[in-house]
Amino acid sequence: MSVLVVIECANGEVKKSSLEAASYGSKVAAALGTSATAVAIGDVQANALASLGEQGITKVLLDNDSRLHDFVAAAYVKVISKAAESENSSVIVLSNSNIGAAIGSRLAVKLGASLATNVVALPQINGSSFTVRRGVFSGKALSDVELSSDKKIIAVKKNAVDIETTAGGTATVENFSADLADADFATAPKETIRQSGDILLTEADLVVSGGRGLKGPENWHLIEDLAKTLGAATACSKPVADVGWRPHHEHVGQTGITVSPNLYIAVGISGAIQHLAGVNSSKVIVVINKDPEAPFFKAADYGIVGDATEIVPKLIEAAKALDK
Amino acid sequence: MKILVCISNVPDTTTKITFSLDGKAFNTAGVQFVINPYDEYALTRAIELKEAQGGSVTVLNVGEADTEPNIRKALAIGADDAIRVNLKPTDAFLVSQQIAHYAQEGGYDLILMGRESIDYNGFQVHGMVGELLGIPTIAPAIKLDVNGSTATLEREIEGGKEIIEASLPLVVSAQQPMAEPRIPNMRGIMTARTKPLKVVEPVGQDAKTSVQNYELPPAKSGVKMIDAENAGDLIKLLRNEAKVL
Ligand SMILES: Cc1cc2nc3c(=O)[nH]c(=O)nc-3n(C[C@H](O)[C@H](O)[C@H](O)COP(=O)(O)OP(=O)(O)OC[C@H]3O[C@@H](n4cnc5c(N)ncnc54)[C@H](O)[C@@H]3O)c2cc1C
Ligand SMILES: Cc1cc2nc3c(=O)[nH]c(=O)nc-3n(C[C@H](O)[C@H](O)[C@H](O)COP(=O)(O)OP(=O)(O)OC[C@H]3O[C@@H](n4cnc5c(N)ncnc54)[C@H](O)[C@@H]3O)c2cc1C
Repeated sequence: MSVLVVIECANGEVKKSSLEAASYGSKVAAALGTSATAVAIGDVQANALASLGEQGITKVLLDNDSRLHDFVAAAYVKVISKAAESENSSVIVLSNSNIGAAIGSRLAVKLGASLATNVVALPQINGSSFTVRRGVFSGKALSDVELSSDKKIIAVKKNAVDIETTAGGTATVENFSADLADADFATAPKETIRQSGDILLTEADLVVSGGRGLKGPENWHLIEDLAKTLGAATACSKPVADVGWRPHHEHVGQTGITVSPNLYIAVGISGAIQHLAGVNSSKVIVVINKDPEAPFFKAADYGIVGDATEIVPKLIEAAKALDK
Repeated sequence: MKILVCISNVPDTTTKITFSLDGKAFNTAGVQFVINPYDEYALTRAIELKEAQGGSVTVLNVGEADTEPNIRKALAIGADDAIRVNLKPTDAFLVSQQIAHYAQEGGYDLILMGRESIDYNGFQVHGMVGELLGIPTIAPAIKLDVNGSTATLEREIEGGKEIIEASLPLVVSAQQPMAEPRIPNMRGIMTARTKPLKVVEPVGQDAKTSVQNYELPPAKSGVKMIDAENAGDLIKLLRNEAKVL
């Protein structure tokens, strides 16, 4: 029996959400009286993985087949299920990303495991009963779910659990290969188009978001400048993406991306229930709106009533004055 | 081309979510149920593909009789026929088993779903169905075209997108802006009444999870307002009080 944590990497580094998964996995392992192993795939160096020891991981299996740099579900599932087999893992922890969910769902069928996605807290383990708390109804509620199969797969929601770090911890890194065949890469992407230089919205700690109150794309420099000054990612409401002021992958809400950053600053967004569904698990919400009756203020921690074109420049100025 | 579109029946996006006092059940009284919004993108794209290339669109729902108004709505939007698997959908694997079984039986070229069901937010049925059928799943796709037996898709990834070519049969989950959802017209509503809606019995009972209780998240303690004149103070509060900068 062991706990296996799936590590996602980008640009040679372990993603923050995977550090959260590693921390989570180590704590589950401790509760079960076992150890936590990680399996890493993708574009990463062994030394970046050794420091997963700081999150309590004892061993990392690294498959550095270069064909795995792009996500291909069949190949990833093969690597992880082989790792789970060789480590005799009873619990697999991943992050609740597009990749994590795609792997988790296939793996659950393959291993006959119970799967819980969108998990926000450590499990309650009581004899043979194993329950996890997860977000449901698009952030409007929480639910405790019993995982009844012997094997369990948990996809941890981003920014929902703390990363615990023990300085100096190191994990041993072992090369690992699942002997992948060309057929495992049948759905490999032909082409990848990346927005360069931007902070990933789904991984961001800070998000600055704009709505229809900005009046047009010509005012988006306000959002971009504030985001840049703070080191934040940019987002928008649905109608803004629908009319093409911003790309669709920036649209947050019930039918877009769900974010849970430490700070979400909403500028000129009214706070419709469908928008809130995508942002209401942010730790701190700031609302800037010229209408004091805007519903978003009810969901906010801090608010300013005023015109975005006057308020945002003041915020940029104050943010520039902060010593880093 | 034979297309299967899976739809889940969910509370309207404006629903205020409440639970029974013991936290065991979601209060459905007065709640309006709709086709899961992501599934509408899948349904519309399926109908567009059929209109352009011929074939058929079948909708499938795993649910009890109360989902039939939304199944009829999908028929009114333009699906040709429908299957309802008569089962309360209490577990994603159980739902996936039903979908995989009837998908296999019908021999579909393309199985379209939504990115996720907005009630339970599992984001997993498409992967499970793909694995059960032994075929690839592309999720979430923002664009889908089919040429003969090859699909060309765009998949959203963190910080960009990928272009993928895959052979049919295939499971695809849809996300905006795959298609612009359609509203049923009068003719659609009339013809929907006579389109076939087959009710079938469930296969297997292999639930792997069970909900113990529900809870509402803790309420916000109230908003602190900052005077517009001193907007810059917000930044100081975010650093010193909220400690997020
Ligand atoms: C099925 C369904 C799904 C949906 N999914 C989503 C979703 O995922 N995400 C989403 O965002 N929406 C979604 N919506 C739409 C949602 O209902 C709202 O229509 C939308 O969120 C409103 O966007 P907004 O706040 O930018 O615009 P508006 O509601 O028009 O609000 C603009 C705000 O800007 C303020 N304002 C105007 N001028 C200024 C100024 N100069 N300075 C400061 N403030 C100003 C106004 O007071 C107002 O509050 C969905 C709707 C449906 C029916
Ligand atoms: C109050 C309430 C409680 C629920 N409790 C549970 C629970 O405890 N456990 C649980 O697993 N489910 C529960 N469900 C059911 C859930 O809505 C789904 O039908 C099913 O479980 C899959 O959910 P998912 O979020 O994992 O789907 P996702 O993986 O998010 O759905 C992806 C896609 O799969 C398709 N799909 C999903 N469900 C169906 C369906 N029923 N019929 C046809 N196609 C479908 C749709 O195309 C959907 O867009 C509950 C629903 C309600 C309203």
